[in-house]
Amino acid sequence: MNTSHAVRALNGILRREMLRTLRQRGRLLSAMVRPLVWLAIFAAGFRSVLGLSMTPPYQTYVLYEVYVVPGLAAMMLLFHAMASSLAMVYDREMGSMRLLLTAPLPRWYVLAARLLASVIVGLPLVYLFLFVARFWDVRPPVFGYVAVFPALVLTGLMLGAFGLLVSSVSTQMENFAGVMNFVIFPVFFASTALYPLWRLAEAGPVLATIAAWNPFSSAVELIRFALYVRFDPVAALVVLVCLVAFFLAAVIGYDPGRGLWSRRGGEG
Amino acid sequence: MNALSVENLGHSFGSRRVLDGVSFAVAQGRMCILLGRNGAGKTTLFSLITGLYHARAGSVHVFGQAMDVNPSAALAQMGVVFQLPTLDLDLTAGENLHYHAALHGLDKASSTERSIHELERLDVLDRVDDPVRALSGGQRRRVEIARALMHGPSLLLLDEPTAGLDVPGRRALERHVRELCRERGIAVLWATHFLEELTADDDVVVLHQGTVRWAGRADRLAADLGAASTAEAFASLTGAE
Repeated sequence: MNTSHAVRALNGILRREMLRTLRQRGRLLSAMVRPLVWLAIFAAGFRSVLGLSMTPPYQTYVLYEVYVVPGLAAMMLLFHAMASSLAMVYDREMGSMRLLLTAPLPRWYVLAARLLASVIVGLPLVYLFLFVARFWDVRPPVFGYVAVFPALVLTGLMLGAFGLLVSSVSTQMENFAGVMNFVIFPVFFASTALYPLWRLAEAGPVLATIAAWNPFSSAVELIRFALYVRFDPVAALVVLVCLVAFFLAAVIGYDPGRGLWSRRGGEG
Repeated sequence: MNALSVENLGHSFGSRRVLDGVSFAVAQGRMCILLGRNGAGKTTLFSLITGLYHARAGSVHVFGQAMDVNPSAALAQMGVVFQLPTLDLDLTAGENLHYHAALHGLDKASSTERSIHELERLDVLDRVDDPVRALSGGQRRRVEIARALMHGPSLLLLDEPTAGLDVPGRRALERHVRELCRERGIAVLWATHFLEELTADDDVVVLHQGTVRWAGRADRLAADLGAASTAEAFASLTGAE
């Protein structure tokens, strides 16, 4: 693999992701409406129920809307990652995954390029959401929008790598629908996206422990701290380690010698 | 040197043996028909040749490059048309070709030049800016063949390319590929279960229940088996009525 070949392939994969995303307007619209519904309806309702104490990185008491926005940004990335891996399962059933895997490039590189392209395509919507959230008085410092960029990229890559792993072990679309239910909802609800850890601890120590160990919580906290120009090194480390672990497992899943594909076959 | 050489290839999914001791070769510039009924193992064989997964036993060489040792070098010389359509329906024919060219490391100028050339060659240049969704089945197949030729491969693999096409569509596609084989010296491996896609000069490999039952020139198939016709010979090889 030479460098110009690698760069051209990455460009090609990125371009395809962009064209596909722009032409699927329904998916774009629902990706944007989903967090706004949570913010405008769910958060408004919970605002009176949930009193929040001061927790870092916030230096004062904050409204529930302010608390929930980083979690919703992470949720957007989670849905995007799962939709993207759903597309990979679809690609595989429809065969276009074969095209990608028969490119004369190392397989890990092709998968990494696909992952990176998917994250890049997903980011503008998250930024749009963060700006729209200003109308709900969620106004982090201006530099926070810059500081949150690496946090969003890292989170997107980690969740995308997880989706890649899910797609490598999921052989059919039907299985995948189940995976969506068993993955997205538990991952999202058993995290600090909607409630701070001390609130969850009040509800039950088991739930609090699960949320504390959930890498998605680390992703949410990484984004939350970054948005207020603070760095959470533990969260960053957890997200990074998970990214590497998920990606390596996904590469093994797609390995021609070891992957599940070679054992199960599937197509005739 | 052979364009493709398959030696003693075997594969199973769990306890189900799908391919067993499969050996054959495709010479440069030759048209080889891989003939087999549904479930004979043709698609698994294609998956192994294209490196989608590794064979449990045996080896695949493409112009001397071993598929499990240096897959990139082997894949660079290979153009593939899969059984299932693999075009992005939301993208135009041209965009699909450019995507493939990028995966093979072609720059923008040569990608544009080659896409025009190949689409024109296959009579679908007028549809270059149309979304694939708007194309007919036959046109989509031709766009897929144009795409497989973008990087100038010396070996073209087609897995049941005529599936789902009407008779004139099948004939046209077959004619196009035979011309490619003749004019550019591209070796072709064409998997099918339609006997009428054979001509006397083709090389034939008959695959049945995962093993090679016969291999040789098409015009010798009937005589070799003492059958009255190719169809009868094929029926006796595959145990059909």
